[in-house]
Amino acid sequence: MKTPPIFKAVNGLGLILLFIIFAMPFIWMASTAFKTLGETLTFPPVWIPETFQWGNFAQAWSSGPFLKYFFNSVIVTLFILILQFATIIPAAYAFARYNFPMKNFFFALTMICLMIPSQLIFLPVYLNLSSWGILDTIWGLILPFATSAFGIFLLRQSFMQVPEELLEAARLDDATEWQIIRKIMLPLAKPVLVTLALFSFIAHWNDYFWPLVMTTNDTARTLPLGIAMLRQVEGGASWNIVMAGNLLLVLPILIVFFFAQRHIIRAFVYTGVK
Amino acid sequence: MALIKASMEVEQRKAERRSLVSWANVRPYAMISPAIIVFCLFFIYPIGYMIYLSFHEWNFVSPTKEFVGAANFTYLLADRDFREVIVNSFIYTFASVFLTISISLLLALWLNRSGTIYSFMQASIFSPHIISLVSVSMLWMWIMDADYGLLNWALNLIGIESVPWLTSPDYALASLILVAVWKGIGFNTLVFIAGLQSIPKDLYEAAELDQTPPWRRFLRLTVPMLSPTLFFLTIIGLINSFQVFETINLMTAGGPINSTNTFVYYIYQNGFQFFKIGYASAAGVVLLVILSVLTVVYFKVLSKRVHYR
Repeated sequence: MKTPPIFKAVNGLGLILLFIIFAMPFIWMASTAFKTLGETLTFPPVWIPETFQWGNFAQAWSSGPFLKYFFNSVIVTLFILILQFATIIPAAYAFARYNFPMKNFFFALTMICLMIPSQLIFLPVYLNLSSWGILDTIWGLILPFATSAFGIFLLRQSFMQVPEELLEAARLDDATEWQIIRKIMLPLAKPVLVTLALFSFIAHWNDYFWPLVMTTNDTARTLPLGIAMLRQVEGGASWNIVMAGNLLLVLPILIVFFFAQRHIIRAFVYTGVK
Repeated sequence: MALIKASMEVEQRKAERRSLVSWANVRPYAMISPAIIVFCLFFIYPIGYMIYLSFHEWNFVSPTKEFVGAANFTYLLADRDFREVIVNSFIYTFASVFLTISISLLLALWLNRSGTIYSFMQASIFSPHIISLVSVSMLWMWIMDADYGLLNWALNLIGIESVPWLTSPDYALASLILVAVWKGIGFNTLVFIAGLQSIPKDLYEAAELDQTPPWRRFLRLTVPMLSPTLFFLTIIGLINSFQVFETINLMTAGGPINSTNTFVYYIYQNGFQFFKIGYASAAGVVLLVILSVLTVVYFKVLSKRVHYR
């Protein structure tokens, strides 16, 4: 059966409309980032600014301690990733491969934590961090995420699929448990590890909520907070500067997404389906 | 002699086994303990502390926490603002989940094809999902700007008058729902597509042999086979939407006149701006109950498996 040309035309128009709905906001952001303040205040809007205002980026960057925000973001995200892997891998291995008293209890505890969102418990955590004296330090942003219930859950699934005979054979060859994890388990679980790393990186690099509630000054603030504060810096809304800063935040992620599209989509959809 | 030697050997073997056994016994606990400690410190204990605080009155600076029984909860129920918060949260949650899921399902049926154009479109609609909510909020605030925004310009082009998207209590919540739908559609669509692709092809071939009309094939075959995906996305959507905070904090700050105030923002306001820690905790406990109910429903149905056939 051949598709009538009218259907093809409607289909094509629909695709274009859909593309506009999702791409236009980004094009609008990029266009605004290069405008003068005057050009943002014209209606109907100008799409291509007369001269490209590259200075907007410098102005956005220098309107706060952005280098500090950037370093904080890098350090926080990096530490979270390292700590998560350091805690997730042994826990997932123990849950997947050992039998021990209270195992079900501890696994249930993990599953409960999987369901507790940070938006629910930020107030008591804030009070605790404050009484432990690590409020306004990067540790307040790192330690609550030093492990991931979701990661343990996902990696355990993957570890359980490795056939027991493989481990028996390795143990007969006097392999230590650590060698088994490193040489057998981790290589077999590589797709899941990549998924977890991508997932965690994007979530914490983008995170606005936690740094917002856990910091009261610039010492530990991260990039998303800095960008959000651009709006308040100038009093009124200088949308060209705000969008320039916004572009700096979005562009790295979009570039990574462009190149690792397949991996990222698979990671998110896979973890979504599980 | 032989007897003593034998018994010594037995003893030695026992000791060996004991030390081996004891390390093997301890090892699992050692391996899970870092994670469990983090869970206890940052998840379990705070939940308990929040419940404790919800029965007390405290302003964060005073040295004593006064026990007030269930007073925070009775205030909460009598508070008109909080009633608005509950209504807003439910409208926001159900509207955004319903819209996101139904649009995504249609898009999935449409875009579930091979070819460069279709995979490009899938990636395009997915892109908002990986972008920071800060960027999304800022971008849409500018797009929804009443005077110079892109959206009003587009509306004017097709002859519709400008809308005060974020500045009018009649529109603000709907505007936030629109942003949530825009951000959420891509992820939901791709999960639906993954669900569609996991339906065995031979079922469709059989339906075609039976000359089942397409709409019937959709209702009797596609929908039932997609029901686990549909259920999963609905519950996850509900749980996530109940916790909406970022867009509200950045785009409307709960206003105008409380029209976009929702659960988490209300807790934030009362805790961090009004320093009513006990009161905010009580609101947190109510949210905990709602999320727990949703979670229990999720696992109940999951164990029964809304499943194939």
